[in-house]
Amino acid sequence: MIRGILIGVLSLGVAGTAIWGYQEHREKNAVLINAENNYQRAFHDLTFQVDLLNDKIGTTLAMNSKKSLSPALADVWRITSQAHSDVGQLPLTLLPFNKTEEFLAQIGDFSYRTAVRDLEKEPLSDKEYKHLQTLYKQSAEIQKELREVQHLVIKNNLRWMDVELALSTNEPGDNTVIDGFKTVEKTVSEYDEVNFGPAFANMQEKDENFENLNGPTISKKEAIKIAQKYSGLKADDEVRVVENGKGSNYGFYSVSILDKESRTEANMDITKKGGYPIWYLLSRDIKNQKISLNEASKKAIGFLSDNGFKDLDLFESSQYDHIGVFTFVSKLDDVRIYPDSIKVKVALDNGNIIGIAANDYLRSNRTREIPEPKITEEEARTKISPNLTVQQHGLAVVLNDLNEEVLCHEFLGTMNDDTYRIYINAESGFEEKVDKLHNAEPIYEDVL
Amino acid sequence: MKRKFSHVLKWLAIISLAFFVLPSSGDQTKVKAFSNQVIQQGSVGDDVIELQSRLQYLGFYNGKIDGVFGWGTYWALRNFQYEFGLPIDGLAGTLTKAKLVKASKYNKGFVKEQIKKGKKFTHYGGVPVEKQAKNTNQTNKNIATPKPKPAAAQKPTAANVPSGYSANDIQLMANAVYGESRGEPYTGQVAVAAVILNRVQSASFPDTVSGVIFEPRAFTAVADGQIWLTPNESAKKAVLDAINGWDPTGNAIYYFNPDTATSGWIWGRPQIKRIGKHIFCK
Repeated sequence: MIRGILIGVLSLGVAGTAIWGYQEHREKNAVLINAENNYQRAFHDLTFQVDLLNDKIGTTLAMNSKKSLSPALADVWRITSQAHSDVGQLPLTLLPFNKTEEFLAQIGDFSYRTAVRDLEKEPLSDKEYKHLQTLYKQSAEIQKELREVQHLVIKNNLRWMDVELALSTNEPGDNTVIDGFKTVEKTVSEYDEVNFGPAFANMQEKDENFENLNGPTISKKEAIKIAQKYSGLKADDEVRVVENGKGSNYGFYSVSILDKESRTEANMDITKKGGYPIWYLLSRDIKNQKISLNEASKKAIGFLSDNGFKDLDLFESSQYDHIGVFTFVSKLDDVRIYPDSIKVKVALDNGNIIGIAANDYLRSNRTREIPEPKITEEEARTKISPNLTVQQHGLAVVLNDLNEEVLCHEFLGTMNDDTYRIYINAESGFEEKVDKLHNAEPIYEDVL
Repeated sequence: MKRKFSHVLKWLAIISLAFFVLPSSGDQTKVKAFSNQVIQQGSVGDDVIELQSRLQYLGFYNGKIDGVFGWGTYWALRNFQYEFGLPIDGLAGTLTKAKLVKASKYNKGFVKEQIKKGKKFTHYGGVPVEKQAKNTNQTNKNIATPKPKPAAAQKPTAANVPSGYSANDIQLMANAVYGESRGEPYTGQVAVAAVILNRVQSASFPDTVSGVIFEPRAFTAVADGQIWLTPNESAKKAVLDAINGWDPTGNAIYYFNPDTATSGWIWGRPQIKRIGKHIFCK
C-alpha cells in the first residue's frame, strides 16, 4: 500500500520535473532567439546606416546651396548617431572596436558643427571641404568591409550568440565575424585625424485612391479579358477573379490565370473603374537570354503603347539575370514627368512582357499644364556646385521634399567616379534635390 | 665568341617574334568582336566586358571591368562617341561598335582569365600586359598558353541592384520572405516582401529593412528562427520585384494566416485582399 503510494508520488514527481524541464528549455530557447534577433537587428541596422552615411556624405559633396547643405549635414549627424548606437548594442565589448566608434563620433562632430553654423555667413572652407572628401572615402571603405562581413554572416548563418561565446572563452580566433570586425577596425585605425535611393516613385506620399482615372466600370468578365490580353494565356486555363476586400479604398479585381501545361501563372489587379492594370506579374522559369536589353526595351515600349500608355520615355533599364526591368516616365513637350512612372519586366528569352507596375503612374498621371521655366539653363547652371562637371541637361517635373510637383532643370553631373542628378527649381532657382546615383555592386565571394 | 653572340641574338629575335605574333594572330582569327546586340545602360555580360575593356584600352574608362553597364561606362562611351564624331547617345550600336573595334584591341584571354581569378586588373593600351595585373607570374603563364576552350560559365563579379538597397539587404529580405511564405504562390511571396517595404515607408514602423524584420513579435518566422533557413531563388526574385515597385497587396502593412492567427485584434483590421493563405490588411 505504502509502496504503491510512494511509487505513485515519485512517478508523478518525475513526470512533473520532465514537464517543468521541457518548459524551461522552451522558454530558454525563446529568450535565446529573442536575444539573437536583437543582435542581428543591431548589426544589419549598422551596415544599413553606414551605407546611408556614405551616400549622404557623397550627396553633400555635390551640393552648392547653403539651404540644402545644412539639412543634409544634419542628416549625416543623425545617421552617425544611429550607427553609433547600433555599434553599442553589439556584443563586441571584448573586442577592440573603439576606432570605428571614434570614426563615427568624428563624422558626427564635424557634421553637427557645420550644420548648426550659419553657412550663409560662414560657408565651408576649402579645408573643411577636403575633410568632407576624406570622410567620404573612408566611409566608403568601412561600408565595403561591413558589407563583406554582412555577406558572410548571412551566407554562413552566423550567430551572434556564438560570437559572444567565442569572445568570452577566448578561443584561438576562427570566428568569421570577429575576424571581419578586426579587419574593419584595422581599416579604420589606418586613418589619421581627420535616402535615399528609390528615386521618386517610392518616396512619394501615396495617394490612396486612383482619382484621375476615367472610363466606365468594368465587369468581372471584362477583367478576365484584360488579363488574358496581357498574359497571352488561353481562356480554357484555370481562371479565378476576386473582388477587393472591404478595407481597400478603391475598387479592383484580382485575376489569376493558371496554365497547367506550362506551369505558368499570371496574376493581375485591375481597377474596376476603367479597367486599368495596377500591377501584373507572370511567373515562369526563364533559363536563357536570347534578346538584348535594347530589343527588350523596344518590346516594352510597343507593349505599353498597344495598351494605351503613350508619350513615355525610357528612364532606367537594368538586367537581372535573364530579366530586363525598365522604368518609363511620361514626357510632355520634352519635359520628363517623374511622378508618372511605370515599370515593365521583360523576359529576355522570348521578349514577352512578364510584369507591369503602374500604380504610381495611375495615381499621378493627368492632364498637366507645364509652365515656362523662368530661369534659363545658364542661370540654373550657376547654382550647381563648381566641383561637378555637368554632362547632360533637361527639364523635368519632380516631387520635392514637401511632396509638391515642381518644374526643375535637371542636370546629370559627374565628380570623380560618382554620378549625380541635380534638380534646380526652374522658377525660384532653389536646389531642390541632389541624388547620388548608384553604381553596380561588387559580388562578395568568400573574401576574408 | 661573336658567332655565339649572334646566335643568342637570333634566338632572342625568334622568341620576341613569337611573343608578338601569337597574341595578335589570335586576335585576327576572331573576326567578329561584339555580338549583334545594341548594348545599353543596365546591360550585363560578355559584351559589356568587351566594351569596358576596349574603352579602357583607349583611356576613356578608368573604372573596374566588371561586366555591368553602369554610369561610369555610360560616360566613357559618350566621351568616346564625342571624340570620334559619332552621334552621342550612350548606346553601343553597330556604328559605335565598329569604330571601337577599329580603334582598340581586346585581349579577351587575358581579361577573362583575370575576371575568373577575381584579380584586380586593368586593360590600358600601350601598357605591357604584365603590368596590368597584380600578380605578374601567373599572367605570363596565361599569355604563353592561350586556352583552347572558351571559359566556362563564369560568375559575374558585379550585379545590378535597385538603388537604395544593397545586395545584403536583398538577401536579408529574401530570408524573411522565405521563412514567412515558402509554401505560398510567387505573388504571395512578392506580397510579403511588399509588406516589409510598406512598413519601412510607414511612420508607425521602423525606417530600415532590418528594423522592420527584427522588430520583436512582428514576424513569426523571426520569432521561431525559421528566418535562418536558406532562401530559394524564387524568394530572391520576389524581393527584387517588390523593391522594383510591384505591390500585389494594395498598400497593406499587415497580413495573417486565418487558420493559425491567434490574436483577435488582427481580424479587426480593414482587409484588402487574400493571396494564397494570407489575408492582407491595413
